[in-house]
Amino acid sequence: MAVVALFVFLLLRLTAGDPAAIIAGDNATAQDVAAIRQKLGLDEPIASQFVIWIGKILRGDLGESFFFKKTIAELIAQRIEPTLALATCTLVLAVLMAVPLGVTAAYKRGSWIDRFVMGLSVLGFSVPVFVIGYALMYLFAIHFAWLPVQGYQRIGDGFGGFILRLILPSFTLAIIYVALIARITRTSVLEVLGADHVRTARAKGLADLPVLLRHVLRNAAVPIVTIIGLGVALLIGGVVVTESVFSIPGLGRLTVDAVLARDYPTVQAVVLLFSAVYVLINLLVDLTYTVLDPRIRY
Amino acid sequence: MSTVLTLPSAVERPAARARRLPRNRSVWIGAAILAVIVAIAVLAPYLGTTSPAEIDPAARNRRPGAERVIRHEDGTTTTTTSRMGTDSLGRDVYSRVIYGSRVSLIVGVTVALISVAIGLVIGLVSGYIRWLDAIVMRIMDGLMSIPAILLAIALVSLSRGAGLRTVILAIVIPEVPRVVRLVRSVVLSVREEPYVEAARALGVPTPALLARHVLPSTVAPLVVQGTFVCASAIVVEAILSFLGVGIPPETPTWGNIMAEGRALFRIFPHNIFFPSIFLAATVLAVNMLGDGLRDTLDPRLRHQI
Repeated sequence: MAVVALFVFLLLRLTAGDPAAIIAGDNATAQDVAAIRQKLGLDEPIASQFVIWIGKILRGDLGESFFFKKTIAELIAQRIEPTLALATCTLVLAVLMAVPLGVTAAYKRGSWIDRFVMGLSVLGFSVPVFVIGYALMYLFAIHFAWLPVQGYQRIGDGFGGFILRLILPSFTLAIIYVALIARITRTSVLEVLGADHVRTARAKGLADLPVLLRHVLRNAAVPIVTIIGLGVALLIGGVVVTESVFSIPGLGRLTVDAVLARDYPTVQAVVLLFSAVYVLINLLVDLTYTVLDPRIRY
Repeated sequence: MSTVLTLPSAVERPAARARRLPRNRSVWIGAAILAVIVAIAVLAPYLGTTSPAEIDPAARNRRPGAERVIRHEDGTTTTTTSRMGTDSLGRDVYSRVIYGSRVSLIVGVTVALISVAIGLVIGLVSGYIRWLDAIVMRIMDGLMSIPAILLAIALVSLSRGAGLRTVILAIVIPEVPRVVRLVRSVVLSVREEPYVEAARALGVPTPALLARHVLPSTVAPLVVQGTFVCASAIVVEAILSFLGVGIPPETPTWGNIMAEGRALFRIFPHNIFFPSIFLAATVLAVNMLGDGLRDTLDPRLRHQI
């Protein structure tokens, strides 16, 4: 995590662009720019800027946005609800679709559902998120007009509108995730299906479904959970794009706006936050291994 | 060191593998689509295009197939058809889409070549020289823990006027760790092989050893990985342009055309529709090529990626 923090900081600070000049505007004199630079602490050496920044982060202070003139913690608090809702919805949707699809594909190997899953996984990797987004939007929101086109409604302002506006973006984002998880599920289940204990379970007369759920899926779970964790990187990248497509005022949109405004503290904080979430989720995934497979110990 | 040359090569029967290639359907389809798109990119000026940056305020937001009369200074007129309509500045979408293929292909190929080259060098060195490995891999882990698109977006924000070079660099950096990991895993499995040990015993200096005996084993996985990097680079470039943080908006790229059409998508979907199809077809072709290459060149990789 410390390495990530150092990277994020160095990458964003070793630049040609001068944020002080941008904030001051076109008509500013050199003195104005210098004053702003001093106020923001940009005149300090890079190393001490980093120490100050990391010290503040450790104390929970993310700093103040150059551009939005608010503390970054406030900004993030404002924008986190849509992102969290979108990500959770997508995750649930993707797992609910992908795991049954993958298991069925492996179980009925060579059937149409198997070909469908393999086709979907090629397609899911090839069609970019925003293309899927616009295709779904055109079809369901404009052509059939079943769902709202864009926008977001806070959960506090009515649950119906909240869910309705979340369906399209979540589906959009879920497709690539489904492709990823279903493919791994299929491979992993196929491997376990050939194992001795599965043959034994079948031989003792257990029906197919209990065999699949209790004996196969459980043993195939570790790679599936791993890929769900690794896929969070895709999900985060996808969130940034999907929020732009569907005009959702979340953290992803904040990142893009901050980049466009060269608002470094905000970009740093958001990238760090996303990376922290990603690392944390993968840590959790590592910990679930011991639950899924008692043979694994740390 | 003439004895070194007689040592067995790490690549097993490359000729036999190469002969199997044309029989793979996926390689054929992918290569065929890709060939069409490369042809489009190369022949862009001869495909009935007008200048992709030319603004015509009188012909804004035309639907596909709209006819347009251009009056010349000497009084004569010519009629052109905007096959894919025009955007909100009156630029011809067809021309922009056709020219846009150039940027996508350049970005895809350059990113693939650069990141494979950098990743190869770092991977070889860190896989072979053990004390460096720990340091290099920590740095790579750090880079990999930042989601790729986010890292690219953050990197683009570095330079003032984002241009082609900045965008390429921003896409290369997140891709490098993946190539490094791949090369390193190959090196780690090869370095204990008897023929490498034999070469070492004969006193071959490390650089020559790496180049002559370890490098050949990495070629097949790298070709495969390179195509996947290429596909993902094309997607990321389009995403960056679409978000408005990529190549400057006047340059015709598929992402830029879509960004342009975003505001009026509900009324004029053609701005988004046509570049989408080209983008998806290109990436699909590259991915199919990669899948096919992987299956023929190195079946073991199937489980790794």
